[in-house]
Amino acid sequence: MNKVIQLKVVDVVVWAVSLLFAFGLLIGEAMADSDSFTATNKKWAAECGSCHIAYPPQLLPAASWRRIMAGLDRHFGSDASLDAASAAEIGAFLERNAGHGKRGRGEPLRITESRWFLHKHDEVRASAWKNPQVKSAANCGACHAGAARGDFDDDAVRIPR
Amino acid sequence: MHRSKFFAAILLAGSLALPGFEVMGATPAEIQKTYEAEARAAAPAFDGFSAERGQRFFSSTHGNDWSCSTCHTTKPSEPGRHATTGKDIAPMATAANPQRFTDAAKVEKWFRRNCKDVLGRACAAREKGDVLAYLMSLSK
Repeated sequence: MNKVIQLKVVDVVVWAVSLLFAFGLLIGEAMADSDSFTATNKKWAAECGSCHIAYPPQLLPAASWRRIMAGLDRHFGSDASLDAASAAEIGAFLERNAGHGKRGRGEPLRITESRWFLHKHDEVRASAWKNPQVKSAANCGACHAGAARGDFDDDAVRIPR
Repeated sequence: MHRSKFFAAILLAGSLALPGFEVMGATPAEIQKTYEAEARAAAPAFDGFSAERGQRFFSSTHGNDWSCSTCHTTKPSEPGRHATTGKDIAPMATAANPQRFTDAAKVEKWFRRNCKDVLGRACAAREKGDVLAYLMSLSK
Protein backbone atom coordinates (compact mmCIF):
# COMPACT_ATOMS: atom_id res chain seq x y z
CA MET A 1 0.00 0.00 0.00
CA ASN A 2 2.74 2.36 1.04
CA LYS A 3 4.70 1.40 -2.04
CA VAL A 4 1.80 2.22 -4.32
CA ILE A 5 1.44 5.68 -2.83
CA GLN A 6 5.20 6.24 -3.15
CA LEU A 7 5.04 5.22 -6.79
CA LYS A 8 2.19 7.60 -7.38
CA VAL A 9 4.09 10.44 -5.79
CA VAL A 10 7.05 9.70 -8.04
CA ASP A 11 4.70 9.57 -11.03
CA VAL A 12 3.16 12.92 -10.19
CA VAL A 13 6.55 14.51 -9.68
CA VAL A 14 7.87 13.13 -12.97
CA TRP A 15 4.78 14.34 -14.79
CA ALA A 16 4.89 17.73 -13.17
CA VAL A 17 8.56 18.18 -14.02
CA SER A 18 8.08 17.09 -17.64
CA LEU A 19 5.04 19.31 -18.09
CA LEU A 20 6.86 22.28 -16.62
CA PHE A 21 9.82 21.58 -18.87
CA ALA A 22 7.66 21.30 -21.99
CA PHE A 23 5.77 24.46 -21.02
CA GLY A 24 9.05 26.25 -20.44
CA LEU A 25 10.27 25.23 -23.89
CA LEU A 26 7.05 26.52 -25.45
CA ILE A 27 7.29 29.83 -23.62
CA GLY A 28 10.97 30.10 -24.49
CA GLU A 29 10.26 29.45 -28.16
CA ALA A 30 7.39 31.93 -28.13
CA MET A 31 9.61 34.57 -26.56
CA ALA A 32 12.42 33.87 -28.98
CA ASP A 33 9.82 34.37 -31.71
CA SER A 34 8.36 37.56 -30.28
CA ASP A 35 8.38 40.58 -32.56
CA SER A 36 8.54 43.14 -29.81
CA PHE A 37 11.86 44.07 -28.19
CA THR A 38 11.91 46.10 -25.04
CA ALA A 39 15.43 45.65 -23.59
CA THR A 40 17.05 49.05 -23.53
CA ASN A 41 20.23 50.84 -22.51
CA LYS A 42 20.84 54.56 -22.71
CA LYS A 43 24.32 54.35 -24.27
CA TRP A 44 23.19 51.73 -26.77
CA ALA A 45 20.19 53.86 -27.80
CA ALA A 46 22.32 57.00 -28.23
CA GLU A 47 25.40 55.51 -29.90
CA CYS A 48 23.88 52.76 -32.04
CA GLY A 49 20.93 54.98 -32.89
CA SER A 50 22.85 57.92 -34.35
CA CYS A 51 23.31 56.69 -37.95
CA HIS A 52 20.56 54.06 -38.08
CA ILE A 53 17.91 52.84 -35.65
CA ALA A 54 19.45 51.10 -32.67
CA TYR A 55 18.88 47.53 -33.82
CA PRO A 56 17.47 45.36 -31.01
CA PRO A 57 20.15 43.03 -29.57
CA GLN A 58 17.77 40.07 -30.00
CA LEU A 59 18.16 40.26 -33.79
CA LEU A 60 21.68 38.80 -33.81
CA PRO A 61 23.48 36.09 -31.82
CA ALA A 62 26.06 37.08 -29.21
CA ALA A 63 28.88 35.88 -31.52
CA SER A 64 27.75 38.38 -34.18
CA TRP A 65 27.68 41.28 -31.74
CA ARG A 66 31.20 40.38 -30.62
CA ARG A 67 32.39 40.54 -34.24
CA ILE A 68 30.60 43.84 -34.84
CA MET A 69 31.93 45.46 -31.69
CA ALA A 70 35.47 44.32 -32.58
CA GLY A 71 35.34 46.14 -35.93
CA LEU A 72 33.59 49.42 -35.15
CA ASP A 73 36.37 51.49 -36.74
CA ARG A 74 35.37 49.92 -40.08
CA HIS A 75 31.63 49.58 -39.59
CA PHE A 76 30.06 48.87 -43.01
CA GLY A 77 32.13 51.59 -44.65
CA SER A 78 32.11 54.10 -41.79
CA ASP A 79 34.22 54.75 -38.73
CA ALA A 80 31.86 54.18 -35.78
CA SER A 81 34.58 53.74 -33.16
CA LEU A 82 33.72 54.32 -29.50
CA ASP A 83 35.63 55.12 -26.33
CA ALA A 84 36.54 51.98 -24.39
CA ALA A 85 34.03 52.49 -21.56
CA SER A 86 31.07 52.96 -23.92
CA ALA A 87 32.14 50.00 -26.05
CA ALA A 88 32.36 47.75 -22.98
CA GLU A 89 28.94 48.80 -21.67
CA ILE A 90 27.20 48.49 -25.05
CA GLY A 91 28.93 45.19 -25.85
CA ALA A 92 27.80 43.66 -22.55
CA PHE A 93 24.23 44.87 -23.11
CA LEU A 94 24.14 43.41 -26.62
CA GLU A 95 25.50 40.04 -25.54
CA ARG A 96 23.26 39.83 -22.48
CA ASN A 97 20.17 40.32 -24.65
CA ALA A 98 21.41 38.63 -27.84
CA GLY A 99 19.18 36.42 -29.99
CA HIS A 100 18.40 32.82 -29.14
CA GLY A 101 16.69 29.98 -31.00
CA LYS A 102 16.24 30.82 -34.67
CA ARG A 103 17.91 34.20 -34.07
CA GLY A 104 20.88 32.63 -32.34
CA ARG A 105 22.27 30.67 -35.28
CA GLY A 106 25.58 31.27 -37.01
CA GLU A 107 27.39 34.57 -36.68
CA PRO A 108 26.14 36.81 -39.49
CA LEU A 109 27.49 40.38 -39.59
CA ARG A 110 24.32 41.76 -41.06
CA ILE A 111 20.85 41.19 -39.65
CA THR A 112 19.62 41.11 -43.25
CA GLU A 113 21.82 38.09 -43.98
CA SER A 114 20.36 36.02 -41.16
CA ARG A 115 18.35 33.04 -42.29
CA TRP A 116 15.32 34.02 -40.17
CA PHE A 117 15.37 37.52 -41.71
CA LEU A 118 15.47 36.21 -45.29
CA HIS A 119 12.68 33.77 -44.50
CA LYS A 120 10.55 36.45 -42.81
CA HIS A 121 10.91 38.79 -45.79
CA ASP A 122 10.72 36.28 -48.63
CA GLU A 123 7.37 37.62 -49.85
CA VAL A 124 8.62 41.21 -50.09
CA ARG A 125 9.07 42.01 -53.78
CA ALA A 126 12.47 43.09 -55.11
CA SER A 127 10.96 46.39 -56.31
CA ALA A 128 9.91 47.26 -52.74
CA TRP A 129 13.53 47.10 -51.54
CA LYS A 130 14.56 49.43 -54.39
CA ASN A 131 11.93 52.05 -53.55
CA PRO A 132 13.77 55.32 -52.73
CA GLN A 133 11.58 55.64 -49.64
CA VAL A 134 13.07 52.35 -48.42
CA LYS A 135 16.59 52.92 -49.81
CA SER A 136 18.16 50.06 -47.87
CA ALA A 137 17.09 46.87 -46.15
CA ALA A 138 18.76 48.40 -43.09
CA ASN A 139 15.97 50.98 -42.99
CA CYS A 140 13.56 48.91 -40.87
CA GLY A 141 11.41 51.96 -40.15
CA ALA A 142 10.41 52.32 -43.80
CA CYS A 143 7.91 49.46 -43.37
CA HIS A 144 7.89 48.80 -39.60
CA ALA A 145 6.68 52.16 -38.28
CA GLY A 146 7.42 51.15 -34.67
CA ALA A 147 10.95 49.88 -35.41
CA ALA A 148 12.70 52.59 -33.40
CA ARG A 149 10.62 51.50 -30.38
CA GLY A 150 11.46 47.84 -30.95
CA ASP A 151 8.01 47.04 -32.37
CA PHE A 152 8.20 44.75 -35.41
CA ASP A 153 4.67 43.30 -35.23
CA ASP A 154 3.67 41.72 -38.58
CA ASP A 155 0.21 43.27 -38.41
CA ALA A 156 1.59 46.81 -38.40
CA VAL A 157 3.78 46.37 -41.50
CA ARG A 158 3.07 48.92 -44.28
CA ILE A 159 5.26 48.61 -47.37
CA PRO A 160 5.47 52.05 -49.06
CA ARG A 161 4.50 52.24 -52.74
CA MET B 1 27.52 71.88 11.72
CA HIS B 2 30.95 71.14 10.37
CA ARG B 3 29.80 67.72 9.48
CA SER B 4 26.81 68.90 7.45
CA LYS B 5 29.00 71.34 5.54
CA PHE B 6 31.37 68.52 4.78
CA PHE B 7 28.55 66.38 3.38
CA ALA B 8 27.16 69.30 1.42
CA ALA B 9 30.58 69.81 -0.13
CA ILE B 10 30.77 66.14 -1.07
CA LEU B 11 27.28 66.30 -2.57
CA LEU B 12 28.18 69.37 -4.60
CA ALA B 13 31.43 67.84 -5.82
CA GLY B 14 29.56 64.67 -6.77
CA SER B 15 26.88 66.47 -8.72
CA LEU B 16 29.44 68.59 -10.56
CA ALA B 17 31.18 65.40 -11.61
CA LEU B 18 27.94 64.11 -13.20
CA PRO B 19 28.32 63.93 -16.96
CA GLY B 20 25.16 66.02 -17.41
CA PHE B 21 26.88 69.01 -15.89
CA GLU B 22 29.99 68.69 -18.01
CA VAL B 23 28.25 68.43 -21.36
CA MET B 24 26.03 71.44 -20.81
CA GLY B 25 29.00 73.66 -20.12
CA ALA B 26 30.60 74.31 -23.49
CA THR B 27 29.62 76.80 -26.16
CA PRO B 28 30.71 76.56 -29.81
CA ALA B 29 33.01 79.56 -29.25
CA GLU B 30 34.69 77.87 -26.27
CA ILE B 31 35.24 74.67 -28.25
CA GLN B 32 36.67 76.71 -31.10
CA LYS B 33 39.03 78.41 -28.63
CA THR B 34 40.61 75.07 -27.73
CA TYR B 35 41.21 74.41 -31.44
CA GLU B 36 42.73 77.87 -31.73
CA ALA B 37 45.23 77.10 -28.99
CA GLU B 38 46.12 73.81 -30.69
CA ALA B 39 46.43 75.44 -34.11
CA ARG B 40 48.70 78.16 -32.72
CA ALA B 41 50.86 75.56 -31.02
CA ALA B 42 51.16 73.62 -34.30
CA ALA B 43 51.97 76.72 -36.38
CA PRO B 44 53.03 79.95 -34.65
CA ALA B 45 52.16 81.89 -37.83
CA PHE B 46 48.49 80.87 -37.49
CA ASP B 47 46.34 83.93 -38.16
CA GLY B 48 42.84 82.86 -37.20
CA PHE B 49 40.10 80.66 -38.58
CA SER B 50 38.24 81.37 -41.79
CA ALA B 51 34.59 80.59 -42.48
CA GLU B 52 35.29 80.74 -46.20
CA ARG B 53 38.11 78.18 -45.93
CA GLY B 54 35.81 76.08 -43.75
CA GLN B 55 33.07 76.14 -46.38
CA ARG B 56 35.50 75.00 -49.10
CA PHE B 57 36.80 72.22 -46.84
CA PHE B 58 33.24 71.18 -45.97
CA SER B 59 31.99 70.87 -49.53
CA SER B 60 35.11 69.32 -51.15
CA THR B 61 36.13 65.70 -51.30
CA HIS B 62 39.56 64.88 -49.93
CA GLY B 63 40.62 61.77 -51.81
CA ASN B 64 37.68 59.58 -50.75
CA ASP B 65 34.13 59.30 -52.10
CA TRP B 66 32.48 61.44 -49.44
CA SER B 67 32.76 65.08 -48.45
CA CYS B 68 31.19 66.51 -45.27
CA SER B 69 28.36 67.80 -47.46
CA THR B 70 27.56 64.32 -48.81
CA CYS B 71 25.58 63.74 -45.60
CA HIS B 72 25.33 67.26 -44.16
CA THR B 73 24.47 68.93 -47.53
CA THR B 74 25.95 72.16 -48.87
CA LYS B 75 23.29 74.01 -46.80
CA PRO B 76 24.14 72.85 -43.27
CA SER B 77 21.41 75.06 -41.81
CA GLU B 78 19.05 72.42 -43.16
CA PRO B 79 18.76 68.76 -42.15
CA GLY B 80 21.04 66.25 -43.82
CA ARG B 81 20.69 62.58 -44.64
CA HIS B 82 23.11 59.72 -43.98
CA ALA B 83 24.56 58.62 -47.33
CA THR B 84 24.30 54.90 -46.55
CA THR B 85 21.37 54.44 -44.19
CA GLY B 86 19.21 57.39 -45.22
CA LYS B 87 18.67 58.43 -41.61
CA ASP B 88 17.89 62.11 -41.07
CA ILE B 89 20.67 64.21 -39.56
CA ALA B 90 19.79 67.38 -37.66
CA PRO B 91 21.26 70.64 -39.06
CA MET B 92 24.94 71.34 -38.29
CA ALA B 93 24.75 75.15 -38.32
CA THR B 94 24.68 76.47 -34.77
CA ALA B 95 21.96 79.04 -35.54
CA ALA B 96 19.64 76.33 -36.82
CA ASN B 97 20.52 73.80 -34.12
CA PRO B 98 21.69 75.31 -30.80
CA GLN B 99 22.68 71.88 -29.46
CA ARG B 100 25.54 71.61 -31.95
CA PHE B 101 29.08 72.03 -30.58
CA THR B 102 28.06 72.21 -26.92
CA ASP B 103 29.66 68.92 -25.84
CA ALA B 104 33.41 68.81 -26.43
CA ALA B 105 33.65 65.01 -26.17
CA LYS B 106 30.86 64.54 -28.69
CA VAL B 107 32.45 67.04 -31.08
CA GLU B 108 35.79 65.21 -30.89
CA LYS B 109 34.11 61.84 -31.34
CA TRP B 110 32.43 62.90 -34.57
CA PHE B 111 35.46 64.74 -35.97
CA ARG B 112 37.54 61.63 -35.27
CA ARG B 113 35.10 59.34 -37.09
CA ASN B 114 34.06 61.58 -39.95
CA CYS B 115 37.55 62.89 -40.74
CA LYS B 116 38.65 59.28 -41.11
CA ASP B 117 35.74 58.59 -43.48
CA VAL B 118 36.21 61.77 -45.53
CA LEU B 119 40.00 62.34 -45.44
CA GLY B 120 41.37 58.98 -44.35
CA ARG B 121 43.18 60.75 -41.49
CA ALA B 122 42.53 62.88 -38.44
CA CYS B 123 41.70 66.54 -39.06
CA ALA B 124 44.13 69.25 -38.01
CA ALA B 125 42.99 71.73 -35.36
CA ARG B 126 43.00 74.44 -38.04
CA GLU B 127 40.64 72.44 -40.24
CA LYS B 128 38.26 71.79 -37.35
CA GLY B 129 38.29 75.45 -36.34
CA ASP B 130 37.63 76.56 -39.93
CA VAL B 131 34.65 74.22 -40.16
CA LEU B 132 33.32 75.59 -36.89
CA ALA B 133 33.81 79.15 -38.16
CA TYR B 134 31.78 78.25 -41.24
CA LEU B 135 28.97 76.55 -39.30
CA MET B 136 28.83 79.42 -36.80
CA SER B 137 28.66 81.99 -39.61
CA LEU B 138 25.46 80.65 -41.17
CA SER B 139 22.11 82.18 -40.30
CA LYS B 140 18.91 80.21 -39.90
